[in-house]
Amino acid sequence: MNAVWIYLCTGAGLIALGVLALVREPHFFRKVLAFNITGSGIFLLLVAAASRVSDGPPDPVPHAMVLTGIVVSVSATAVGLALAKKYHHLTGHTALPGEEDEE
Amino acid sequence: MMASPEAWLVLCPLAAAALAFLWRSRGAFIGIVSALINGALVAWLIALMRTEGVRRIEIGGWSAPLGIEFYADGLSPWMLMLAAILGVATAVYARGYFKDPGSWFWPIWLMLAAAINALFLTRDIFNAYVCLELLGLSSVALIALSGNPDALAAALRYFFVSMLGSLFYLLGVSLLYSAHATVDIDRLRSLVSETPATLAAAAFMTVGLLLKTALFPLHFWLPPAHANAPAPVSALLSGLVVKASLYLLLRLWFEVFPGAIFASVAPLFGLLGAAAVVWGGIQALLQERVKLVVAYSTVVQVGYFFLLFPLAAHPLTAELARQGVIYLLLAHAIAKSAAFMAAGNFIRVVGSDRLEDMKGAGTALPVSMFSLGLAGISLMGLPPSAGFIGKWKLFSASLTAGQWWWTVVLAAGGLLSAAYFFRILSPALAEPSRLGAKIPRTMKWTPMALALAGVLLGFLAPQLLEIFEIGAPLRPAAAMEGGP
Repeated sequence: MNAVWIYLCTGAGLIALGVLALVREPHFFRKVLAFNITGSGIFLLLVAAASRVSDGPPDPVPHAMVLTGIVVSVSATAVGLALAKKYHHLTGHTALPGEEDEE
Repeated sequence: MMASPEAWLVLCPLAAAALAFLWRSRGAFIGIVSALINGALVAWLIALMRTEGVRRIEIGGWSAPLGIEFYADGLSPWMLMLAAILGVATAVYARGYFKDPGSWFWPIWLMLAAAINALFLTRDIFNAYVCLELLGLSSVALIALSGNPDALAAALRYFFVSMLGSLFYLLGVSLLYSAHATVDIDRLRSLVSETPATLAAAAFMTVGLLLKTALFPLHFWLPPAHANAPAPVSALLSGLVVKASLYLLLRLWFEVFPGAIFASVAPLFGLLGAAAVVWGGIQALLQERVKLVVAYSTVVQVGYFFLLFPLAAHPLTAELARQGVIYLLLAHAIAKSAAFMAAGNFIRVVGSDRLEDMKGAGTALPVSMFSLGLAGISLMGLPPSAGFIGKWKLFSASLTAGQWWWTVVLAAGGLLSAAYFFRILSPALAEPSRLGAKIPRTMKWTPMALALAGVLLGFLAPQLLEIFEIGAPLRPAAAMEGGP
C-alpha cells in the first residue's frame, strides 16, 4: 500500500465521518466541526490527486485548490460560529428547534 | 480586458460591496448606482454577443487549464439579465424597506451580486465552487439580517444545508480533477466517459446542487429560510439564488457528463420535479402564513424546471423544452420577486403575516394587491404572461414527445397555483379596510413594475429567445458528438 492510498483512505474515512456527524449531531459546534472534518477529507483527496503525474514533481494545481478551499472553510466556520453564538445568546439553545437539544 | 463587460460585471459589484462596507451611511446610494451600472454592463454584453456570438475571456491572460476562463453563450447573458433586472428592482425596493440607509443589507447584497455574476460567467468548475460558497455565505447573512431568533434559526439551517451541498459539490470536483486533470468544462466534456470516477462525481455533485436548488425531497430548508428573511431578501433568494445552483446543474448535465448517463437519469429528475409540483402545491394550500404560501410556490416552480431533463432527452422536443424552461426561469424570477415584495407590503401594513389577518389589506393597498394578482397570473401560467409562454412550450414538448403525463403535472400545478393564490387574494379583498398605514412609494411601485414586466415579457418571447440561442447552449452531450 503506497502513500497515495493512505491519503485516499484517510480522506474517504474523514468525509464519511464528517457527513454522518453533520447530519446526526444536533449541537451547532459539532456541526461546524463536522463540516470542517468533511472539508479536510476532501482536501486529502485533492492532495493525493497531485501525485497523478507518475514521474517528476507533483501537480501543483490541486495544492492551490486546497489552499483556496481552506480559505473558504475558515470564512464559513467564522460565519457559522458567529450565527450560533448569537442564537445561543438570544434563546439559550445550542441546537435548531425540532432537533434534540442536549443541554 | 479593459473592454470586456465580463470582468466589470464581477469587479463592479465587488468594489461597490467593499465601498458600501466602508462607507455604510451611503450604502443605499452605492447599491442603487451599482445595480444600474450592472444593468448597463449586461446590456453591453448582450449587444457585443449579438454581433460576435459566443465570447470567451482568459482572465489575466492565463489560459485554461491553469487559468480561469470566462465564457458566455446564450445562457450566461440570459441569467445575467435576470440577475440585473432583479438587482435594480431589489435595490429600489430595499431603499424604501430598510429605513436605515446604512443597513448591512447593502454590502452583503452587493457581495451576493458579484458572486452570482461570476458564477454565470465562469467556465471552471472549481471557480464555480468558490462562487457558490460566496453566494451561500452571503445568502446566510441576508437571511439572518433581522436578527430575531426565527430568522437566525432559518439562517443556521440554511447554512448547514448549504455547507453540505457545497462540500458534496467540491468532492465531485476533486474526483473529476483526479480522473482528468482539468476543471475546465470544455476540456472535461471531451475527456469524460462512463467510468466509476465520473459516475461518483456526477452523483455527489448532483446531490449537492439539488440540495441547494431545493428540489423535492431536499426542499425542507427552503420555506422557513425564504419566509423568515426580510421581503427584499426573500425576493432575491426565491427569484435568483435558487437558480444559481440550478444553472450549474444544467451546465454539468448538458455540457459535461456523458449522454448515456444523462439519458438514464433524466426520467428520475422528471419524476422528482413532478413530485415537487404536487407536494409543493398541496403544502402551499395548507399554509397559514402569506410568505410561506409564496415560498412553497417556489418549491412548485423548481419542480417545473426539472421537467426539462426528460423532455430534452427526446431529440424532437429538446429545443422546445429548453426554451420553455428558460422562459419559465425568467417568468418565475420576475413574478416571484414581485409576489414577495407585494406580500412584504401587506405584512408591513397589517403587522402580521397570517392569512387570517389579511382581511381588507387589499383595499388598503390596491396597487400591491394588483401586483400580487398580476404576479399570480404569470406564476399560474395564464396567457399572455411570460409564465404562459414557458408552460405552453413545455406542454407542446410533452405532447410531441408522447410523454403526455407531464401535461397532467403542468395542469395540476397551474390549478394548485390558482387555488393558493386565491387563498391570499380572497381575504385581502373581503372587507373594507380600516387600515390607514402608508408605505413608501418605491415599495408600492417596484412590485407593480416587476409584475407588469412579467406579463409583458410574454410578448417579447421571439426576440429574447434569440439572445438565449446564441452559441446553442444546453445541448445534451449525446447531441454534441465530436466535442466542441
